[in-house]
Amino acid sequence: MAWFKRQSGELDTSGEKKVRTEGLWVKCDNCRQIIWKKDLEVNLNVCPKCEKHNRIDARTRLAQLLDDNEYEIFDSNLVSTDPLKFMDLKAYSSRLKQAQADTGLKDAVVNASGKLNDRSVIVSAMEYAFIGGSMGAVVGEAITRAIERALESKRPIIIVSASGGARMMEGVISLMQLAKISAALSRLDDAKVPYISVLTDPTTGGVTASFAMLGDLNIAEPGALIGFAGPRVIEQTIRQKLPHGFQRSEFLLEHGMLDAVVHRKQLKPYISRALDFMSPAAA
Amino acid sequence: MKIPRPKDVKAAAANDATLVVTSADFLLSMVETRWASKNGSGRKIESSQREHRELQKIEQQLTKLQSDTGQDDATRTEIRQLHERVETLRKQMAAHFAAWEKTELARHPQRPYALDYIERIFTEWSEIHGDRGYADDPAIICGMARFHGEEVMIVGHQKARDTKQKVYRNFGMPNPEGYRKALRAMKIAEKFSRPVFTFVDTPGAYPGLGAEERGQAEAIARNLREMARLEIPIITAITGEGGSGGALAIAVADRVLMMENAIYSVISPEGCASIMWRDASKKELAAQALRITAKDLTELGCVDGIIPEPEGGAHTDHAAAASHLDEVLKKNLSEVKNVPIKELVASRYKKFRNMAEFSRVEA
Repeated sequence: MAWFKRQSGELDTSGEKKVRTEGLWVKCDNCRQIIWKKDLEVNLNVCPKCEKHNRIDARTRLAQLLDDNEYEIFDSNLVSTDPLKFMDLKAYSSRLKQAQADTGLKDAVVNASGKLNDRSVIVSAMEYAFIGGSMGAVVGEAITRAIERALESKRPIIIVSASGGARMMEGVISLMQLAKISAALSRLDDAKVPYISVLTDPTTGGVTASFAMLGDLNIAEPGALIGFAGPRVIEQTIRQKLPHGFQRSEFLLEHGMLDAVVHRKQLKPYISRALDFMSPAAA
Repeated sequence: MKIPRPKDVKAAAANDATLVVTSADFLLSMVETRWASKNGSGRKIESSQREHRELQKIEQQLTKLQSDTGQDDATRTEIRQLHERVETLRKQMAAHFAAWEKTELARHPQRPYALDYIERIFTEWSEIHGDRGYADDPAIICGMARFHGEEVMIVGHQKARDTKQKVYRNFGMPNPEGYRKALRAMKIAEKFSRPVFTFVDTPGAYPGLGAEERGQAEAIARNLREMARLEIPIITAITGEGGSGGALAIAVADRVLMMENAIYSVISPEGCASIMWRDASKKELAAQALRITAKDLTELGCVDGIIPEPEGGAHTDHAAAASHLDEVLKKNLSEVKNVPIKELVASRYKKFRNMAEFSRVEA
């Protein structure tokens, strides 16, 4: 007869150990500061210590720009037809499906109409998480439609770009989107409808070489990579190390390619101020 | 020495035939397997030379055998089948290399460049230089000329043949000032109502440090926007390489025509291969996948017509290539010249607005 008896039954082996602090803290990529995630969100995803502007998704962008997070999304049902039936190590169609599942979007742009400090505006925000924000037939078509909507309703348009450029998997069709969007912008320009281009990290390739550089004002967030060719391509071409800060917003400002570099917190007031200037005086 | 009787000869021949057929069959299956493994797996595709040679050899044997007499029906059917297999394999290989071969033709060092065409098609060529802001870019040439007696403006990429000239022309890769010069020339043409011809042949806009500093992207973007509303007829001929944004920046036109062996692409096949396949030697695969040939672009609705080239490519006969180009340019100019300018600009807009609409609406 045993002296001791096990009191309870089996050990609880169900479920895994949970670390409750997981995901509450993040480390800044730039200054390595440990930040409470809530703090970062309150600070619009900008590091409170070093002011690094982290990438944000399209819907967060819309929420930050438009009043009361209220807006109406349009042209959200456009889908690529995979015109080239492109296939590299993986089929483009499966890349698309994956990106759609990951982001909950049909392609790399969200069109919305809403109020910016009580003024009706159209905003087209690009989604970098969707195949690098690359521009194929759908992005081209969606942005063109947003411009046309702005033109018809004489509402200012703001395009927030975040893109690696044209989408290679749609070949020359993505290239033609540059011409398509730029042509639409020429009509917008003729009609004197304000267009503000906001360049965020990163904006390169065909997107920079078309609508991103064609705003009445081109403004950028601090530290964003903006350029035509990617830094690695340039390094390979000229065979030397690139200077520090090359192709960052401040570099472009210095070279006269941008109207302003604006902190994310100041973005909405800045745009609002610019639209005051550009819109016809209220009757 | 024993003289073989006729019957024996026939038997020997038949025997021989079966042997040849079997060996041809074996060889062919070897080539097929090798081709399949090269095409599908991660192995490099260096060239198809070896396969081509072997196929030719097999073909020769079969033809010889066919011309011989005295085989039975079974052997005949087998020979026919073998012939078909050779043909299918040939076609597969041709399709695979067609796009890459065009790329090589489009880049051929003896291919005529803008100035070669200008010399043969136009008279009274008078070049204009500089962007009035920074510099003159020799990678793009602009100038006034007469086309069958009519005053026109010409804008074109210019490549070169010897090393010194190549460096001077920056291998046909323009800097921002090149695009700004092009726009300036087109604005002059607009002011004096002269049609514009543009000739596209560039690997792409130059990806250099200075180009970025001076706003390569802005220069291209502005050209795209301004060309869309330029109130004069614009006709573009893609004569060689149509390298992405650097090509498009002078190719927003009423008529975009492509020479038979020209290519037009969003990225070079090598660039695409090294990004998507992580291996630049997959350029043939990339060239095929990107659909960059004149035929592909016509099918995709991105160009308006194909300009024929002399047999073997434009480099074989500059004069013939120029006369083909001349003819097509003349035809297209006469078509667009008679359209009222507002209508022409509207239809140019409509063309690019509706171009490459490969999206569908999903519920």
